[in-house]
Amino acid sequence: MTYIPNTPEDQRLMLETLGLSAMESLLTPVPEAVRLRRPLDLPAALAEPDLKRLMGKMAARNQTLDTTISFLGAGSYDHAVPSVVPHLQRRSEFVTSYTPYQPEVSQGMLQAIYEFQTMVSQITGLDIANASLYDGATALIEAVLLALGPGGRGEVVISQGVDPQYRRVLHTYAHARGFTVIEVPTTNGVTDLEQLNEAVKATTAAVVIQQPNFFGCVEDVHAIEPIAHKGKAVFVSTITEPASLGLLASPGEYGADLAVGELMSFGNTMSYGGPALGFMAARNKYMRLLPGRLVGQTIEEGEAKRTGYVLTLQTREQHIRRERATSNICTNQSLLAVGATIYMAALGKQGLRELGELCLQKAHYAQRQITAIPGFKAAFSGPFYDEFVIESPARIGKLQQKFEQAGIIGGYPLAQEYPDMPNAMLFCVTETRTKEDIDSLVEVLKEAQA
Amino acid sequence: MSEKQASENPGVSEKLIFEKGAPGRRAATMTAMDVPTESLECMIPAELLRKEAAPLPEVSEMEIVRHYTHLSQRNFGVDTGFYPLGSCTMKYNPKINEDMAVLPGFAHIHPLQPENTVQGAIQLYYELEQYLAEISGMARVTLQPSAGAHGELTGLMLIKAHHESKGQGHRNLVLIPDNAHGTNPASATLANYKAVEVKSDPTTGGIDHDHLKSLLDAHGSEVAAIMMTNPNTLGLFDSSIVEIAQMVHNVGGQLYYDGANANAVLGITRPGDMGFDVVHLNLHKTCSTPHGGGGPGAGPIGVKEHLVKFLPGPLPARNEAGEYYWQDSGPESIGKVRANMGNFGVLVRAYTYIRTYGPDGLLHVSQSAILNANYLKHELASDYEIAYPQTCQHEFIATAEKQKEESGVTATDIAKRLLDFGMYAPTVYFPLIVHEAMMIEPTETETRETLDYFVSTMRQIAEEARTNPELVKTAPHTTPIGRLDQALAARKPNLRWLPGQETTH
Repeated sequence: MTYIPNTPEDQRLMLETLGLSAMESLLTPVPEAVRLRRPLDLPAALAEPDLKRLMGKMAARNQTLDTTISFLGAGSYDHAVPSVVPHLQRRSEFVTSYTPYQPEVSQGMLQAIYEFQTMVSQITGLDIANASLYDGATALIEAVLLALGPGGRGEVVISQGVDPQYRRVLHTYAHARGFTVIEVPTTNGVTDLEQLNEAVKATTAAVVIQQPNFFGCVEDVHAIEPIAHKGKAVFVSTITEPASLGLLASPGEYGADLAVGELMSFGNTMSYGGPALGFMAARNKYMRLLPGRLVGQTIEEGEAKRTGYVLTLQTREQHIRRERATSNICTNQSLLAVGATIYMAALGKQGLRELGELCLQKAHYAQRQITAIPGFKAAFSGPFYDEFVIESPARIGKLQQKFEQAGIIGGYPLAQEYPDMPNAMLFCVTETRTKEDIDSLVEVLKEAQA
Repeated sequence: MSEKQASENPGVSEKLIFEKGAPGRRAATMTAMDVPTESLECMIPAELLRKEAAPLPEVSEMEIVRHYTHLSQRNFGVDTGFYPLGSCTMKYNPKINEDMAVLPGFAHIHPLQPENTVQGAIQLYYELEQYLAEISGMARVTLQPSAGAHGELTGLMLIKAHHESKGQGHRNLVLIPDNAHGTNPASATLANYKAVEVKSDPTTGGIDHDHLKSLLDAHGSEVAAIMMTNPNTLGLFDSSIVEIAQMVHNVGGQLYYDGANANAVLGITRPGDMGFDVVHLNLHKTCSTPHGGGGPGAGPIGVKEHLVKFLPGPLPARNEAGEYYWQDSGPESIGKVRANMGNFGVLVRAYTYIRTYGPDGLLHVSQSAILNANYLKHELASDYEIAYPQTCQHEFIATAEKQKEESGVTATDIAKRLLDFGMYAPTVYFPLIVHEAMMIEPTETETRETLDYFVSTMRQIAEEARTNPELVKTAPHTTPIGRLDQALAARKPNLRWLPGQETTH
């Protein structure tokens, strides 16, 4: 059968070795009361060609970013992936390996992760980084848990400029773990500094912002930093759009203690939002508190003393420390980290900067064109990166209709998350959008307004 | 050492990508700047701009290709050879799964696209949920959790919500067998529960009923849940699961099933029928999605009817017109546990796997996995102590106790020596209750010849331990690199490259 190579004859011989005549004898430990004495109610098996046809049809029911012009961002960004990335990332020695518990035969994955840790440190301007976390939202949670410490109690201050999905996940964890979350509103699209200053107390465990924030606005991080640090709080910066790091000040430069976020868009497919690639970078002093895997460089025990790589500081982890571990994470996102590593190597020092500027310029062009249409206004007046919020004179429902007719996927309607902005839409313009794409969006908006 | 020499000599360390290339060299070309530009300072205040470019490598495309090709060649996967890593279910990862996951219709879609543009994706969620509910015997399943441990935490949050809704929020204990995976107690802590260890019975390997009873008698009203794997990490099916479920339910506790070992139960029995209230499945184990060097995985959670209202949302749904949509969760939902809807790319692979096998095939998967494990256990018994000699399920524990006593050869040494024969090692020193444990899980996808090769190699290593123990203690001898200094790595952690740092060969 399919991927079970042993034939009935093989299995008969093996059973014979065990002194048994039927497979059923091996199932005696399972009491009759819990045996499933009927076939599972699942569709019958399909041969590979038939299954491919079926899956192909299912996939074809989705409108893809390859064939549709989309201006969706809001946490998931469409960046071009050089061909070299998937070709190397999908080498089956990487794909079919597990957590590198035996370093002698896992140097490839270990070294790739060490390079990933280095590159994440480089782009965030921080000292160190871990080997990956599930996604940006859970990376933010891990940062907060690190700040709260072993008891898990205390107060966390978070800006409402942080992705609403991330904040929702934070509330889920806060309830389970028993800590308090205080949300600070935004004014003109950025964290309200006065209210932030009031919210942060000497005892606050963590202050969390996003840069650029969910609205695409660039936070005044230099003004936030002293507020975050006026007590003992850990200053956490969240980055969901890593292209911004090509251009904007790095968390290291503006004094963040931890940077967390989402690197999926660097070299990996968007895949409806997952698997994603959470990351955490930190100042050195947090090294032994970090969650998840860490790869360290070392040398051979023997004479040769060659350079090698191992999983290290494992006494932080669940398989050693059990209930006292810094996190429960085991499986992480290694293969996506390999993709991001190859992507960052392919872009290189110069390419990352160019990417940063391409996104910025294209988004600003789009924003200028849209706000030139009578009735369409920028919701906020401050600096922004590659996303921006537009207040529409037409109802969002009508806009969506027009987009659909034109075969465009427009921006992200904010009404559901921000009821006080019923006619606002968040547009994202990365380097993958051409001037022609942007102009066609502008045409659709003009029609909607007319 | 030049790159050429490195590629031809696997015994030479590969330089880091940062040590390669030259200033000004590059690989990716960027798309054209086809819009009118403005000066940066007009758009972003100077103090918010980056002062120094991130010092990423400056390398050509060919250098990148050679570098990561070499790295892949220095990595062992299931495609390279036998990978008997216990409790990790390192089965073959079918190639069709990979092809389906990268179909543009699945790979290039945005999580916030309007529902009418992603009907195929929601359909896949809808159908996969039904399949997993049927396989696990549960009412509904959320596909949101990213991995097993994430599923555990989600499950405990559901249990907490259940108790709180019954005015039982004070329940703060989670019972966990002494042979459980480390993630169980770590997840319990994260959910603000106190982990309490339950002893296992040294003869049956199952839960010690007397100990469980004494814990429940003393603390029954504080018990929120028990977390179990069945078969457990010893590879043994706890035959008294129905009684255990009754005992825990009688004091108001819930039963959590850690699905790490579900490769042994497909079509044979279901956690739901055993009495479990919550179950997670590791799709990267049971459903053949690749482990990717440590991830990504997926850890869907199935629940019985009474917990459905607490599930994280949204859940996939289908209306009378046959259109699929996302149904928001109700007011009692615990909320989201990650951004977006889960590891969709992994789910596509798991869906493909289930459709490949169908009901008869999945039953055959588990039966064959169990036969392979019992075959290996039987064949190794001549040279190694078997921790629990009775019929095992998908895995079993051999030990190096005898070898350690006779010649000082440990489980680690045997694991390292196996690498010399082109095989990966078993999970060693786990579960913690067995000394010198070697946890062996062959899975159903290995041929009888491979199993026999493993047996003959293990016998040879046992012979070496008797006659030439140094050979085993200093293994591996043929791998790209020898044993590494773990103590140094932990004492003087070096977690990143810095300018000036050089790889030594």
